[in-house]
Amino acid sequence: MLKTLRKIAAIGIVTEARVAPDESLRVHDELQERILDVLGRALCIRHIDAGSCNGCELEVHALGNPYYNIEGAGIRFVASPRHADMLLVTGPVSVSMEDALRRTYEATPDPKLVVAVGDCGCTGGIFGESYASRGRVANVIPVNVAVPGCPPSPVRILSGILTALAR
Amino acid sequence: MSTRAQLQWQWIGGTPPAWRAAVEADQWTSVARTMHGDGARLLALWGGERRSDAARIEVLAAYLDQEGLRVTELDVPRDVATIPSIAEVYPAALRMERALHDLLGVRAANGDARPWLRHASWPAGYLPLRRDQPEPPRAPGITDNYAFVMVSGDGVHEIPVGPVHASIIEPGHFRFSVAGEKVLRLEQRLGYAHKGVERLFQHRPLDQGHRLAARICGDSTVAYSWAYCRALEGMSGCEVTARCAWLRALALELERIANHLGDLGALGNDAGFAFGLAQFSRVKEDLLRTLYDAFGQRYLMDYVVPGGVARDLAPASISALTTRLVATEHEVRAMRAIYDDHPGVHDRFHDAGTVLPQLAARLGLTGLAGRASDQAFDLRVDHPWAPWSTFPAKLATRSSGDVLARVAVRFDEVLESIRICRAWLRLLPEGAVQRDLGTPLAGALAFGLVEGWRGPVFIALEAGAEGRTHRCHVHDPSWQNWPALEHAIMDNIVPDFPLINKSFNLAYSGHDL
Repeated sequence: MLKTLRKIAAIGIVTEARVAPDESLRVHDELQERILDVLGRALCIRHIDAGSCNGCELEVHALGNPYYNIEGAGIRFVASPRHADMLLVTGPVSVSMEDALRRTYEATPDPKLVVAVGDCGCTGGIFGESYASRGRVANVIPVNVAVPGCPPSPVRILSGILTALAR
Repeated sequence: MSTRAQLQWQWIGGTPPAWRAAVEADQWTSVARTMHGDGARLLALWGGERRSDAARIEVLAAYLDQEGLRVTELDVPRDVATIPSIAEVYPAALRMERALHDLLGVRAANGDARPWLRHASWPAGYLPLRRDQPEPPRAPGITDNYAFVMVSGDGVHEIPVGPVHASIIEPGHFRFSVAGEKVLRLEQRLGYAHKGVERLFQHRPLDQGHRLAARICGDSTVAYSWAYCRALEGMSGCEVTARCAWLRALALELERIANHLGDLGALGNDAGFAFGLAQFSRVKEDLLRTLYDAFGQRYLMDYVVPGGVARDLAPASISALTTRLVATEHEVRAMRAIYDDHPGVHDRFHDAGTVLPQLAARLGLTGLAGRASDQAFDLRVDHPWAPWSTFPAKLATRSSGDVLARVAVRFDEVLESIRICRAWLRLLPEGAVQRDLGTPLAGALAFGLVEGWRGPVFIALEAGAEGRTHRCHVHDPSWQNWPALEHAIMDNIVPDFPLINKSFNLAYSGHDL
């Protein structure tokens, strides 16, 4: 216990300054005002891996580390789409995940936001469209903000999330 | 004389050395049995159209032992009804045989006719690895009714989980049959992340496949792209420079360190010790930032390229990496002392999700999870090449096969990787980091085998004419380890599943392809 407390005291708070929204990432901003009226500043996100290579997941995970401290910004990842305000979707949409993605979208209460993460989520990336891939997320559900990168850095992802929220 | 000795083995070369031999259908299973008797492990089973005659299909099985890699080939007409199964000898072959049917239409007589990678969303009758098949019309994207094995009895009920999971992880479905809190049976359904990778390879020139390989399993991007480049360089007669070989090995060990740090934090968190996640995720982020400064990439994606590496390591980066590794080691040792001292963490880790050595050997458990169940295999130790051959890595094993053992192996491996990386940074040979790839030999079959952080990543590459790809098979060690997880969870309670699952941390995308 003493070792744990010493470590906490020694490390202190390493959280860095919050990143800014980036208007260039915005795809579609219908409903924006209405959502912000409903949500205020707190945000609940449901992550969906629609067929990603797991690279983007590593960076979404990194958002929770003490440097980016996403929870400190009032943003939380939740276990069910029914608790979510935003869907954070990675990957090209695999054909076998298409139905699950659509149903998760439908299970998310309105008003809702969708952020597509990574080159695959934005364009289909290297996988494109095929017998097994539907390509970009917007081919299956409406997308508000798309964050390119392979994988995009945590700062870029956070910027994308905040862009979707920016007034 | 054993069946194995009767075969005409053709030497292919490489490290580990590889041989191939044709096997008749009536000997397919007995050869597998002899291999098993001689202590060889099944590495992968796959198939493809013959290059010379698309009306025939060859099914290949790769076995690995202390001598090297033995690849047996079974030649069958493409409309053959069934081929013999080796799943009775090597249980891990079952899902590979089912995938063979999904992709090529060749059925192995294993008694399980359910599809494995193919879901109903995939057009019926479409066989993606047959070249004569055009891209099918868009299928409806529906969810099917998979025939899970039902458990019946008083008070038994099912808990379906996934494919969209409750945390930030890849898609898959777990069907638990439980009585009270206790898990009687777990059945997995995978294939949700299937993106048609092997068909994509067939439409890509050989010298561009490494970018696709790097994106099959994002957490193992170095292992995959290196395995691909080893196969490609093998068939092109390209020997990379000493400095390049060392930098690739360094990148692989840094990938191992980063993943183990992430897992050690997540495992603490899943045991109710959020402090562990906060600390390890901080230490991992520090490492990733140093990697970004040194290599221009946090996860070293596209660092390994045919004939070399994407960029050299500057002297300033060498000293920055060394400083970072010293700091990381200090942090890991401090955290290990905290984990070891914490009775709550120990209680959750101990005796959870146990796979005893005997079962591990039967199931062919491999890589990190295998080593935690006394399966003492590691390509870096068993078949080392430079720099491991000149500066060897020490094998980390445990025999209790529980979460505690898999945590202990990770701690040992992080510290060992830090030790060898620091030595390599000191001894790094001078010279160029890129060589001309040369021309891949048309029709050649070559292999790439690399010990990624999960275990051996295997790529079998077959060249077509004029630099085209005839076939590229990619195999993740998770194929062997997913079935073991079904055993590991039995008799444990449902709330321990996330912890046990995390302790294996198997690939979905790397498996589903």
